[in-house]
Amino acid sequence: MLPVEMTVNGRRQRALLDARKTLADFLREDCELTGTHLGCEHGVCGACTVLLDGDAVRSCLLFAVQADGANVTTVEGIGGPDGALSPVQDAFRQEHGLQCGFCTPGFVVSVTALLRENPKPSEDEIREALSGNLCRCTGYQGIVRAVEKAAGS
Amino acid sequence: MNTSTAGRFVGQSVKRLEDPRLLTGRGRYVDDVMQPGTLHCAFLRSDVARGRIARLDVAAARELEGVFAVLTAADLNPHAGTMQPTLLLTIAGAPLRPLADGDVRFVGEPIVLVVADDRYVAEDALELVDIEIDAEHAVIVPDDALRADAPLVHPELTSNLGLEMAFPVPPELQALLDGGAPNIVRRTFRQHRHTNVPMETRGIVADYDPASGELHTWMSTQNPHEAKQAIARIAGIPAHRVRVQAQDVGGGFGQKFFTQREELTVALAARRLGRTLKWIEDRRENLIASNHARADVGECAFAIDDDGRLLGTYLDHLEDAGAFPVGATGGAGPLVGLLFTGPYKSPLAAFRTRAAWTNTCARGAYRGPWMFETVAREQMVDAAAREIGMDPLEWRRRNVIGRDDLPYTLPTGMTLEHVSPAETLEQAAALVDYDGFRAEQQRALAEGRLLGIGLGLYVEPSTGMMDPMGTETAVVRVNPNGQVTVALGTCSHGQGIETTMAQVVAEELGIDLDDVRIVQGDSAVTAFGRGTGGSGTAVIAGNACRDACAIVRAKAVHIAAHLMEASPDDLEIVDARISVRGTPTRAVAWHEVARIAHLETARLPEGAAVGLEGTATFKAPPFSWSNACHACTVEVDRATGQVEILRYVVSEDCGVMINPMIVEGQIAGGVVQGIGGTLYEHFVYDDDGNPLTTTFMDYLVPTTTEVPVIEYGHVETPSATPGGHKGMGEGGAIGSPPAVFNAVADALALVGATIDRTPLTPDTLLAALDAFDAAPA
Repeated sequence: MLPVEMTVNGRRQRALLDARKTLADFLREDCELTGTHLGCEHGVCGACTVLLDGDAVRSCLLFAVQADGANVTTVEGIGGPDGALSPVQDAFRQEHGLQCGFCTPGFVVSVTALLRENPKPSEDEIREALSGNLCRCTGYQGIVRAVEKAAGS
Repeated sequence: MNTSTAGRFVGQSVKRLEDPRLLTGRGRYVDDVMQPGTLHCAFLRSDVARGRIARLDVAAARELEGVFAVLTAADLNPHAGTMQPTLLLTIAGAPLRPLADGDVRFVGEPIVLVVADDRYVAEDALELVDIEIDAEHAVIVPDDALRADAPLVHPELTSNLGLEMAFPVPPELQALLDGGAPNIVRRTFRQHRHTNVPMETRGIVADYDPASGELHTWMSTQNPHEAKQAIARIAGIPAHRVRVQAQDVGGGFGQKFFTQREELTVALAARRLGRTLKWIEDRRENLIASNHARADVGECAFAIDDDGRLLGTYLDHLEDAGAFPVGATGGAGPLVGLLFTGPYKSPLAAFRTRAAWTNTCARGAYRGPWMFETVAREQMVDAAAREIGMDPLEWRRRNVIGRDDLPYTLPTGMTLEHVSPAETLEQAAALVDYDGFRAEQQRALAEGRLLGIGLGLYVEPSTGMMDPMGTETAVVRVNPNGQVTVALGTCSHGQGIETTMAQVVAEELGIDLDDVRIVQGDSAVTAFGRGTGGSGTAVIAGNACRDACAIVRAKAVHIAAHLMEASPDDLEIVDARISVRGTPTRAVAWHEVARIAHLETARLPEGAAVGLEGTATFKAPPFSWSNACHACTVEVDRATGQVEILRYVVSEDCGVMINPMIVEGQIAGGVVQGIGGTLYEHFVYDDDGNPLTTTFMDYLVPTTTEVPVIEYGHVETPSATPGGHKGMGEGGAIGSPPAVFNAVADALALVGATIDRTPLTPDTLLAALDAFDAAPA
């Protein structure tokens, strides 16, 4: 067991963990933040995407101990504390960018990171940036529209 | 009494009520359910397609620290009740079993169930199971399975033929196909194996309390009431002591309509062990062992007259049932045969359909399980049109069922009504600018580029034919403050039922959308229902809501009439006020009526029951039909074999739409599944039945970069059911595969190349182009 300490959505979290415990399982089980979802556990679907020191990463491919000392933001930390939707979240709702909602936290986090780096992406840039997130319900139609809306383009 | 406020909510693209929780990570999927004392499960699965279990020793696994139990067939199977689903209890299917016993029948078959403190330890224990399987010759494809000398997939049965049904060939059709028709076109089309791939895999939390004898489960399911019945049967627990809950479900597309082997096995184990067990399927398991679909072969024949008119059709259909299908003996073969002529006039039709057992993952329901009728027919239409030298659009125009032909009885006996195939065909052709594209195609060809256009025209049945799929019950309860709770047996997994059904109820009661809350996905608080699947919610649950609201409305108006000393016939409900028609100032507020009904009962009319609620059950007609036409244009890269979709158009007629935004979302999702299925997704076995596509690196689900913008057109032909809705959730996945195939085939035809099977990978298309290039001129 190894001691781990990180800041998750602004709160300090400490735990003693098996070295093999993934960051995703730590967030879900130890921090009880179940918004981060596991769709493949091999780094393709992107449902488990979180921000690690500001960068979008796949929490299924990291061990929690690798995030020791880091600042992590999950989907629960994207909107306002009162449940208010962030501009990205609201755009997904307005443009019907989600159906079953399982992949949605990964998209919300990925799009949030994308728009921080590139506030005015073109449609091609949006599609390229999101090609690492799988959605099986929407056919991506509302998702691409939502990113365009959130970017104000 | 006219209480209609038509169109205040129904027909509006209302934003979804479920979205805020899903967008903020506050959804509750099965893996988010964390009960105290939960133990975690993992299955040891066969890595052999067919063979005898020569040795199975779980002693070392049981010794591992953190392991609670290691269960084999000997521990569990003798305690299992039937695993047949409710819908098809009378149909003899595969001999289902919880854990493999003595032999294995496909790669992925569960053999051992480990129960441990966490999933990590459970998987460690799997490594300690000492197992040896003597592999035997496996049958992987239906053609081999049906050979006389083929080994039996199920030794308990007498053959590998799981189902055979024939619609006999009438003598007139035989004469046409024997040479009597001016044109006889024959083709064989093969559709490859692919699968549902919900982003949330399957899973169950099964909490058994030995003291009360109650089993409370949370599942990723489309159908809590079916799950409840099925779990009660296998675990030997009275059904009223089983509760199944699902708040949010991460997609299903048919996979979660019936309760499958693993969930049933875990529920049985929870009952035996008296503990709370959690099993969350991983992606590899989901790909190799949940269910597969779409593996079909169809030998088709069209008899056509000199004007291109269809005289008769024959389809010989063979589907791959896999080893242990749950829910039917194979797929939906009889419906494939019955619907083969679809939206076209054909005086004669006949078919044979067969399902074969193979040593592969079971066939299961996937968005339009019968859709091979559209695949085979629409691809056949293009091939036939091309063979007789007619444009495929013109062929369709000559043969499509028009408004004047309705009602039209198919040669197989089903009657189409309230459909508009001709109108959607024309709308799609106009939206995609069919003629303009033909000119562009010629210009591109002159530059050496291969462009193609394809159509997919179909009628989509949503059936109430089979109990209990045609029935839903709504309980509409008005709370003392006037706000309304509606309990439904549905289980939304992306359809937005919390929104659409609230729209119907708000519309019918004349109240605000925010004052309606839909409760579903819980067998303990909803009446027995059909679940969510088969494109049934709008018509069946929608009309259950409508009928229950009518009861509530009548009660409320009765109370209001008494309070105002007016005649009920003169009252209407508008904006949450019950008023005298024409005199809006003479009114009583909706919430006031609700309050009096519950809390001031002395003011109720004599004989009126206390409270304000209504329960209604709607039984759908045997079939209701929607229809659509898909149009797709592509460019095939002659050098790489890559297909690029240029435009994608859908003209849809699902009657009166409750929420157009959600309708278009359903279309889009289905279309992209069909595009993926036709171009990219392929579940591959080697000759020994070893799966080769067990991750998302190998099984290719479409991403944003492969998907076109989808354009929509709508035709509205109301159904005969109240509300005028029609089921449409599956259609996108039915029309898109042949539209994409036909577009690619159209492009290849420019240079004389042909295709007859999917997936349309670059390799396949390069081979088709090379075969033409190599052929003598």
